[in-house]
Amino acid sequence: MSEILTAVIPVVIIAVICGAILVIASKIMAVKEDERFPVIRECLPGANCGACGFAGCDGYAKALCENPDTPINLCIPGAENVARQLSELLGVEFADVAEQIAVVHCSGDCAHTQDKYIYQGIESCAAVKLMYGGKGVCTYGCLGLGDCAKACPHRAIFVKDNVAVVNPVDCVGCGVCTKTCPNGLISLVTDTKNVVVTCSNHDKGAVTRKLCFNGCIGCKKCERVCPEKAIKVIDNIAVIDYTKCPDCKDFGICAKNCTTGCIKISDLHGVHSINKE
Amino acid sequence: MTNFIIILLSAVFINNYVLSKFLGICPFLGVSKKLDSAAGMSLAVIFVMLMATAVTFPIQKYLLEPNGLEYLQTIVFILVIASLVQLVEIVLKKYIPSLHKSLGVYLPLITTNCAVLGVTILNIDAGYNFAEAMVNALGSGLGFFLAMVMFSGVRSTMETSDIPESFKGLPITLIAASITSLSFMGFGGIIENLFGGA
Repeated sequence: MSEILTAVIPVVIIAVICGAILVIASKIMAVKEDERFPVIRECLPGANCGACGFAGCDGYAKALCENPDTPINLCIPGAENVARQLSELLGVEFADVAEQIAVVHCSGDCAHTQDKYIYQGIESCAAVKLMYGGKGVCTYGCLGLGDCAKACPHRAIFVKDNVAVVNPVDCVGCGVCTKTCPNGLISLVTDTKNVVVTCSNHDKGAVTRKLCFNGCIGCKKCERVCPEKAIKVIDNIAVIDYTKCPDCKDFGICAKNCTTGCIKISDLHGVHSINKE
Repeated sequence: MTNFIIILLSAVFINNYVLSKFLGICPFLGVSKKLDSAAGMSLAVIFVMLMATAVTFPIQKYLLEPNGLEYLQTIVFILVIASLVQLVEIVLKKYIPSLHKSLGVYLPLITTNCAVLGVTILNIDAGYNFAEAMVNALGSGLGFFLAMVMFSGVRSTMETSDIPESFKGLPITLIAASITSLSFMGFGGIIENLFGGA
């Protein structure tokens, strides 16, 4: 019996001492955390997409705790729901989130453009871009290997016929994809009915036409027909100033008049607007 | 002095804890995906190995041995190391938040790491004195660092290579680990030749 005790007692004593030290240390050196932080962090969706401009959801929650001037409507994936919760929690006036959705500015699918070589390397847009600017004849267009699809935290992008396509029902507008595209083809637009230029080719019209039937040839017809003067052809490509679009008296006239059909009306009601309706 | 250099070099290269003794394989496979997390983990391991040796050595020499309780070594060491790491975490959180932020996630992982326990027990088994034990702990930590950083390089290369479907993930990682450890066999006998069998 005593042999057991000689073994057990020292271990128990050491354990008690260690435990006591830990308890005392945690009492003395307790770090005060803002008690609102875990609650705020709980409200945020946790996608860590960085759309708010802070380093992940933790960063945004911290900024909200520490700086009362931080806007509550920065979380695009969380949208109205999160903004409402935050405004209640922090006692700030509610402000709606400008919901956005990702758009791919290329429509050069298999039917409209061709490949210039057969690629058998790493399945990554960044890799194929290094080989003569991509496997397609158009060096501005979608590389078609789906770096954006792999990066999308909500699996809202897929590659169809060599072109990335955004599924508006799943897209929350976090903007992760915009940073991954080596050609910078993806941008965020307001989550409503919109017109979109689905081409990014800066070549002169004749060159573009040879490469892809869907390309913008820079004919400036859209510039002339736009009642709001919202479209400008810059560097051989039509650029839409979306701030003027909401007042448009004749919505969709640019798309109807586009010579090559590269301006498209997209009914981009994303997941947030669907929820609202 | 030569003595310390021999201990240090043999701990880093010849008796590398990960690649020769196969201790601490869990973090070696788990945290070696990216260079910065591998380095962070290894720095935490070096730190904890030194702390643990500094604490467990006196416990063995002045508490367990005089009372004939050497057989309690393993359990007492685990107990002491675990609470030590927790204590260190609390202290870091309070006084050096930046270090806590970089080491923070790894410290609890090391609490029950066999490499750390292995260093403290093997120090006793080898009959080192306190200074030698500390040098050995430092060397073991550096060896762990070396293995982690090297292997994170190997893994980053594997990310972009075309691996057969059935080997993807853990299988290829284990194979790569075994080849890396094989390369460390080349260091065997180097100390005898450098220091004339000292």
